[in-house]
Amino acid sequence: MKTETQNNPLDVNMARRSFLRYAGAGVAGVGLLTAASCHKDKIVTNTGIDIGSGDFGILNFAYALEQLEAAFYVQVIASPYSGITVNEQSRLTDIRDHEVCHREFFKAALATNAIVGLTPDFSSINFSDRTSVLNAAKAFEDTGVTAYNGSGYLIQSSAYLGLAGKIVSVEARHASYIRDLISPGSFADSTVLDANAMDQPKTIAQVLPIANGFLKTKVSASNYGYVAS
Amino acid sequence: MNILGIIEEIDKADPEFQDRISPRRDAIKNITSFGSKVAIASLPFVFSTLFKKAYGQTAPSATVLATLNFALKLELLEAAFYNAGVASTSIQAGLSATEKSYISQISAHENAHVKFLQSVLSTNAISASSQGANGNYDFTGGFNTTTNTVTGTGPFTDVLTNPLTFLKVACAFEDTGVRAYKGAAPSLIGQQVYLTAALDIHSVEARHASAIRQLLFGRGASIKPWITGANDTGVPQVAANYAGEDNLVQGGVTVTNLPAVSGSTSTTAGQEAFDEPLDSTTVAGLVAIFGVR
Repeated sequence: MKTETQNNPLDVNMARRSFLRYAGAGVAGVGLLTAASCHKDKIVTNTGIDIGSGDFGILNFAYALEQLEAAFYVQVIASPYSGITVNEQSRLTDIRDHEVCHREFFKAALATNAIVGLTPDFSSINFSDRTSVLNAAKAFEDTGVTAYNGSGYLIQSSAYLGLAGKIVSVEARHASYIRDLISPGSFADSTVLDANAMDQPKTIAQVLPIANGFLKTKVSASNYGYVAS
Repeated sequence: MNILGIIEEIDKADPEFQDRISPRRDAIKNITSFGSKVAIASLPFVFSTLFKKAYGQTAPSATVLATLNFALKLELLEAAFYNAGVASTSIQAGLSATEKSYISQISAHENAHVKFLQSVLSTNAISASSQGANGNYDFTGGFNTTTNTVTGTGPFTDVLTNPLTFLKVACAFEDTGVRAYKGAAPSLIGQQVYLTAALDIHSVEARHASAIRQLLFGRGASIKPWITGANDTGVPQVAANYAGEDNLVQGGVTVTNLPAVSGSTSTTAGQEAFDEPLDSTTVAGLVAIFGVR
């Protein structure tokens, strides 16, 4: 088992993580663990931007996702897919403007605490093809909803929690609309809801690998159990 | 059994796990210290105790109970409303196949939300019969709150015979439900399980609201899946349900000052981009005419 190579003694969370690793080494010494425990090798060379910790960390997480969504819809409207209807173009332009507003809002709210602007990588999306664009939009919106829902409990300020709540329901409205464009009636189908008819929250560590699939600038959340590789 | 692997996995899924099992991390330190001394066979029991301590059910506070019971009241109203729509032959006859499928799905969801909240609240759940008149609502919005009786003479007289009226009332219910959950969320702050559950229902209500708005648009209404300005439904009787949705100042930031693709954010985009909360007292006042008590 490797020891922590990025240990910053001033970083409490990092110290905590390295402590666990130390504990692992100790117990491994008595032969409890198999080699499988070493599969989480945290030595990485390109961890990208880290969202940080605390409320600013969660807001930066949201800011990263909004940057991605905004960039996506800017491209969608700049090069509309073939066969786009007047109504679709109008609604998708609305969504673009909402996402840009969300992005700029987080940038303003975070001020000097904001992470840098991210460079997207949309090479997997065919912007001239309706199905490719709408499926990507669905993934972005559904992921946005589950990301806000899953990280809400980490927010300590009720003002920030309230702001996240104001945005997540708009993302859910988008998701519903996009889903019905793809397949009418799929606005809240069993692929997103559980048996209690509730959205299924995702952790930061589950969301960022999805987001990083569309980012040249990778985003990490070392305080929340995820480091990009 | 790979216990440290498990800790690492839990740590990824729940970053606060270590604080949860011991705020001062004494428990973890103890594990290390006895790692070389204690019989390996006893470790799973140590972990079992830690997990119980970390995730063990504690009694919800009075605030949590009140918040969840208020959510249950709204879900009972919505479930009863959609059940009535599904049961009404004239509503069903007047809805298109697509509309019927939307309504039947939403109906199932609202009933599932009722069941979920009832199971979470258990014996603390308010009874369905405590609402309206022995559980009977007045979907016309004519509930007499003094005598607690159904008059059937509210502003939406044809709600259970005219599909368009039914959809308009559904729209107001869903948009108001979104506002209510949003307003309740801060009272659940720090309550991971309950807050996350409320957020997971909140976003489903928003999906519903968007879907119902799409249906109204399909019937010729000038309405979008998102809320433009304040009351954008064309139904003056629900103006209070949308009051404040046109807010343009978010967390001290005037959103129309923010940059847009060209120029600055338009008033329309700034209003649409943020949904607004309502506190439970205001929501209770809005739904009393249907029999929510």
